[in-house]
Amino acid sequence: MEQILLFAPLVGALICGFSWRLIGQQAACVVATLFLALSCLLSWIIFLTFDPDAHANGYYTESVMTWIQSGTLFTDWAIRIDRLTAIMLIVITTVSALVHLYSFGYMAHDENFKEGESYRPRFFAYLSFFTFAMLMLVTADNLLQLFFGWEGVGVASYLLIGFYYRKPSAGAAAMKAFIVNRVGDFGFLLGIFAIFWMTDSIQFDVILPMGAELAEMSITFLGMELDAANTIAFLLFIGAMGKSAQLLLHTWLPDAMEGPTPVSALIHAATMVTAGVFLVCRMSPIIEYAPVAGNFIVIVGAVTAFFAATVGLVQNDIKRVIAYSTCSQLGYMFVAAGVGVYSVAMFHLLTHAFFKAMLFLGAGSVIHAMHHEQDMRNYGGLRKKIPYTFWAMMLGTLAITGVGIPLLYLGFPVGFAGFVSKDAVIESAFAFGPGLGEFAFWMLVISALFTSFYSWRLMFLTFYGEARGNKHTHDHAHESPKTMLVPLGVLAVGAVFAGMVWYGPFFGHTDSVARFFGVPYAEEGHGEEHADEGHGEEAMAEVAGAAEEAVAGTGAADEAETGAAEEAATEMAAADEGTGAEEEHAEAAAGEEAHAMDEAGDHGEAHYVFTGAPGEGAIHHAPDNHVLNDAHSVPVWVKLAPFFAMLIGFATAYLFYIANPSIPGRLAAQQRPLYNFLLNKWYFDEIYDFLFVRPARRLGRFLWKGGDGAVIDGGINGLAMGIVPFFTRNLNRLQSGYIFHYAFAMVLGIVILITWMTLSAG
Amino acid sequence: MSVADFTFYLFALSLITGGLFTVVSKNPVHSVLWLILSFLSAAGLFVLLGAEFVAMLLVIVYVGAVAVLFLFVVMMLDVDFAELKAEMAKYVPLGGLIGVVLIMQLTLAYGVWDTAEGVELSTVPVGTPEGAGAHNTEALGLVLYDQYFLLFQVAGLILLVAMVGAIVLTLRHRVDVKRQNPVAQMMRDPAKAMELKDVKPGQGL
Amino acid sequence: MIGADLAILTPEIVLSLFAMAGLMAAVYTSKDGLAPALTWGTALLFVIMAFYIGITGEGSRTAFDGMFVEDSFSRFAKVTILLSAAAILAISQDYMSKAGLLRFEFPMLIVLAVVGMMLMVSAGDMLALYMGLELQSLALYVVASLRRDSVRSTEAGLKYFVLGALSSGLLLYGVSLTYGYTGTTQFAGIIAASGGEMSLGLLFGLVFILAGMAFKVSAAPFHMWTPDVYEGSPTPVTALFATAPKVAAMALFARVVHDAFGGVVGDWQQVVAFLSVISMFLGAIAAIGQTDIKRLMAYSSISHMGFALMGLAAGTAVGVEAMLIYMAIYVAMNIGTFAFILTMERDGRHVTDISSLGAFASKEPGKAMAILVLMFSLAGVPPLLGFFGKYAVLTAAVDAEMIWLAVAGVIASVIGAFYYIRIVYLMYFGEERKGLDGRMGLATYVGLIAMALVIGLGWVPGINLFGIEGPAEIAAAMLTR
Repeated sequence: MEQILLFAPLVGALICGFSWRLIGQQAACVVATLFLALSCLLSWIIFLTFDPDAHANGYYTESVMTWIQSGTLFTDWAIRIDRLTAIMLIVITTVSALVHLYSFGYMAHDENFKEGESYRPRFFAYLSFFTFAMLMLVTADNLLQLFFGWEGVGVASYLLIGFYYRKPSAGAAAMKAFIVNRVGDFGFLLGIFAIFWMTDSIQFDVILPMGAELAEMSITFLGMELDAANTIAFLLFIGAMGKSAQLLLHTWLPDAMEGPTPVSALIHAATMVTAGVFLVCRMSPIIEYAPVAGNFIVIVGAVTAFFAATVGLVQNDIKRVIAYSTCSQLGYMFVAAGVGVYSVAMFHLLTHAFFKAMLFLGAGSVIHAMHHEQDMRNYGGLRKKIPYTFWAMMLGTLAITGVGIPLLYLGFPVGFAGFVSKDAVIESAFAFGPGLGEFAFWMLVISALFTSFYSWRLMFLTFYGEARGNKHTHDHAHESPKTMLVPLGVLAVGAVFAGMVWYGPFFGHTDSVARFFGVPYAEEGHGEEHADEGHGEEAMAEVAGAAEEAVAGTGAADEAETGAAEEAATEMAAADEGTGAEEEHAEAAAGEEAHAMDEAGDHGEAHYVFTGAPGEGAIHHAPDNHVLNDAHSVPVWVKLAPFFAMLIGFATAYLFYIANPSIPGRLAAQQRPLYNFLLNKWYFDEIYDFLFVRPARRLGRFLWKGGDGAVIDGGINGLAMGIVPFFTRNLNRLQSGYIFHYAFAMVLGIVILITWMTLSAG
Repeated sequence: MSVADFTFYLFALSLITGGLFTVVSKNPVHSVLWLILSFLSAAGLFVLLGAEFVAMLLVIVYVGAVAVLFLFVVMMLDVDFAELKAEMAKYVPLGGLIGVVLIMQLTLAYGVWDTAEGVELSTVPVGTPEGAGAHNTEALGLVLYDQYFLLFQVAGLILLVAMVGAIVLTLRHRVDVKRQNPVAQMMRDPAKAMELKDVKPGQGL
Repeated sequence: MIGADLAILTPEIVLSLFAMAGLMAAVYTSKDGLAPALTWGTALLFVIMAFYIGITGEGSRTAFDGMFVEDSFSRFAKVTILLSAAAILAISQDYMSKAGLLRFEFPMLIVLAVVGMMLMVSAGDMLALYMGLELQSLALYVVASLRRDSVRSTEAGLKYFVLGALSSGLLLYGVSLTYGYTGTTQFAGIIAASGGEMSLGLLFGLVFILAGMAFKVSAAPFHMWTPDVYEGSPTPVTALFATAPKVAAMALFARVVHDAFGGVVGDWQQVVAFLSVISMFLGAIAAIGQTDIKRLMAYSSISHMGFALMGLAAGTAVGVEAMLIYMAIYVAMNIGTFAFILTMERDGRHVTDISSLGAFASKEPGKAMAILVLMFSLAGVPPLLGFFGKYAVLTAAVDAEMIWLAVAGVIASVIGAFYYIRIVYLMYFGEERKGLDGRMGLATYVGLIAMALVIGLGWVPGINLFGIEGPAEIAAAMLTR
């Protein structure tokens, strides 16, 4: 089943890309879509039926073939299925299948291609190929296979960004994406090399358990003693930064919007860009023992979230706004991963995939309706023209801005997907502790405010107010076809419910998270002991025993789907742990009664801790990592902060774009330098252009003209066209046909030889 | 200096002189004559070495046959040697230089004549059956048909090839040439060759 | 005693007797009418003899007081010589009869030449060496000018003869110097006497002998005859020149330097390396300007001899092995290429200009592909066999710490690749003009395709160069023991 899942998109891509002349364009696209739908179906089956407890260490692998065997480097082509993979599988295949479907409508007519030109099979083939590469990436059971998928999605991304190859800007954007990613990939490759150097393997089942040992090793490079775990984590994160468009390596993502909108939705919002987050989570056993690198991840993530949100405030291109929003949300995920709550990072990844894909597809629908007009200043008042799209976008906006009912807890928080997962990230950041944690917290809260502002700005500019821009375009604005609306509907379901449904497994209590990810866990007391004993093999058995005990103790509480069960568990726990609950109770007395019960409940459960050794389970938490626990006990104002940030953002946007539309213009005029600074994306492109692009070009031009052209070509050409023919001519002249010339040459030869012999012997 | 030494140097000198003038003399006929002189000198040297048979062979075969053949060829072929020489003259300086260099180096080599250990410059030619007391011819025959049997036979093959080659390259069966057929001539039967016809006057055959 | 000696020479004796019998038979019967039968009979006999030598030969035996050596080295060389000569005879029959050159003396002269070659590679004595050399050369001088009505052919024969005589003179001078300094002509005696410090005179003798042999392998600067003779001779003769005599001369080269001068490797190594470098570069550079494919093949063989000499220059068993492998592969490539050249015809006339190959591939894709394989192999493109030959000699040179020689070889091979690839270029992308229209006979077709397959597939694991490495290794070990 796993193999069918993995290779179905490839087969679809091959059939679609190479045999559309035989079976027809439409049929080719349908075939590709059907194969993906199959893949999607299988993914959901795997996700729902996957039981980490049924497999040792919470994963199983299925070998496809032996790939490389060279010295100590041994690599199978194998599929590794664990919880991380399963999550990624549903994200990828669901969004991909929907995007395929959506593309039938969106790509039906395209002005970038001439009449009768065939481009759709190519598009679908690229999409399917991308999906295959992405699946390779997430199902990899070793770093090399992961890297193969990593580069495969890079290629697909390159091809799709540059899909409109007649547009110079698309070509440039494709190149930019590719080149910027090379920087990250270089770091990633170095990371792989370092891992192989240190552990003599690139297999996950070998290297992941060595996380703690790596922390004690050191790499000697250029006379510097580098801490192995930190170095490796840092290098891997460089790769993740490139792929996930984090600050300094983010510049390609907004430009990547040159590609068709479905591509933006699939690759540059939902899947590929999250590969970096996936990588960090996958390597969690190493990251956990690399505190410096972890802090670096938090800083980069937080700053990226903030930076991208500020730039998003002033962008006018509808897709660019969403692109910066993506960049910003990725920052959230990295903060979560950096502070050590990988499940939360994955949570936000999952919910973000739904609502961001939907926003993009919605934006695509708007663009489609407006005849490929992308400037929001030319929109306005579209609510009536395209009602379905409007409602979809509305749901997406509610999700991304984090609309929900704060402090209401029915076994899960009530709110849109973004509300649940984003709050989880923010609370985790706060729980990381004073200093860096608070810094990240405040950055994220401010970002949440900005997010709310620009999202609502987008909505207001697009759907409310007066129709602006080309009147003709507005008159002809029309709702999109069904193939485009159905995916919006499906994603809307995800955007609304994903957060609430999966709150427990991702950000619930330690035991539910642990069970979901197949990580061993134990009650606090036991856990400590095990932690002292270290990561020995025999500890595992005890851990398993403890886990069973714990499960028996709490009953079905953590299934968390039914409120009643949850309540029962809460009460039971509260009874058990009287004193702990009491304390919390007192603290939360000011709050609502129900909320206080929740708090107590949270802390009642908090006596479970992750105990697994590195490599056990899909993610790993070091013994001293209590962020997940602490995140549940943050002060109330922390929990409310993002909500109010959202409200302020909404209010401001309302004020600026509905109540008094003249404010933005005046503000921009007043704060011209700041406005320009933001509009020009903090001048990153200009700085890079000055620092890297132009010197690189100059160097390239020099090497090309001077080095390659003059020296190498000149040398080779001179040799091949000057010197060699010169000798050829002369040698052929010597071949005169006169016998005495020949005899003379022989005699000359012997004289030379004899003279040489005399001299060398003498 | 004994008589033998004196004769040796005499023959040696005339051999070298003959060789030199064979090359440099202007008239090709003179060249052949100089060549004959060197053959004769060489024969004299062989006699000095006690190889009478070879010496006689040289005189008879080379002087008597080969050199005379050369003379015929040179006289019959209409080669403008003067022109060839003029052409050659251009190369004389360079050729001379190379020759001098070569001679100097060979002199250098011979100047430090040094034979390997254990090699006796014996007066007895290598391979001659010792103590047989045989004369040259007999000794040569013994060696040729025994020790050097293989080489002798191969030499025969070489001659065969030379003969075949000469035939292949020169023999032409011309169809327009009348040939004698001695057998047919001898076997002629007068009875068949001749027929008497009684021709009536004024009618013809 | 003589009976035992003769038994060792059985193949040579059989061939000689066959030549004489064939001559007699043809003279007294239908003369040239018997020529086709004789040609095929000769080829068949060569093959039989090759198998006889290959299968019955064992150990190392000498005859006539060490004048004749029959060992694994000579057997390897003889089998190669016999098979290549047989192949050349088979592919030339068609051409010769078309050109009216198929005279009964032709196969018989080749038989005698082959006997000469076999004597050469078995020589254990300077005199036997010389006799074998002359037997071979004389027969080849004759066949070179076989087209006696053509000025070029006779000129080729004459040039070959005169220059060959000069080289024989050099060789004999060297032999006499060697004899003078060591007192013997036997290889065994020379190696015993020349060990250790070598006198200048003996060194000169060695140089002269090497020069004489370098002429026979057409190594620069003793190569000057090669292009003219290749061009002027009838094409089948050219094909013969490019194959069997080269193997014989190269084997002789190896035997002399190892059997007679094996004690003073350092002295001849420099000379051989010198010859090797000059040959490789001269062959590669001078071939570029050629418009006639036969002349081009002449320079090609000069260059290839340079490579084979590189193996020899290593002065090790590995080097000799590499040389033997190289020669075997070289012969196979040349047979295939000449099988094609033999059939290059336009309007019923034989042509040899390279430009006539223009756009050949569009007319004859199969043959063009075979030529492509052969040309790429000659250029040394992996994974074709030509590459493995080059690889073997380069490795040998590197192992012998003659890095500079190996580097020079690589550079020369890059330059040389130009003209081989130019032929391919012409065939596939060249201008279409009045091209070749000849039809291929069965023998030539089989020759071309079989050699292309051998060259193209020899590297496949499991075929492993058709197992020639084993015998070559044994042969090399025998020579350099």
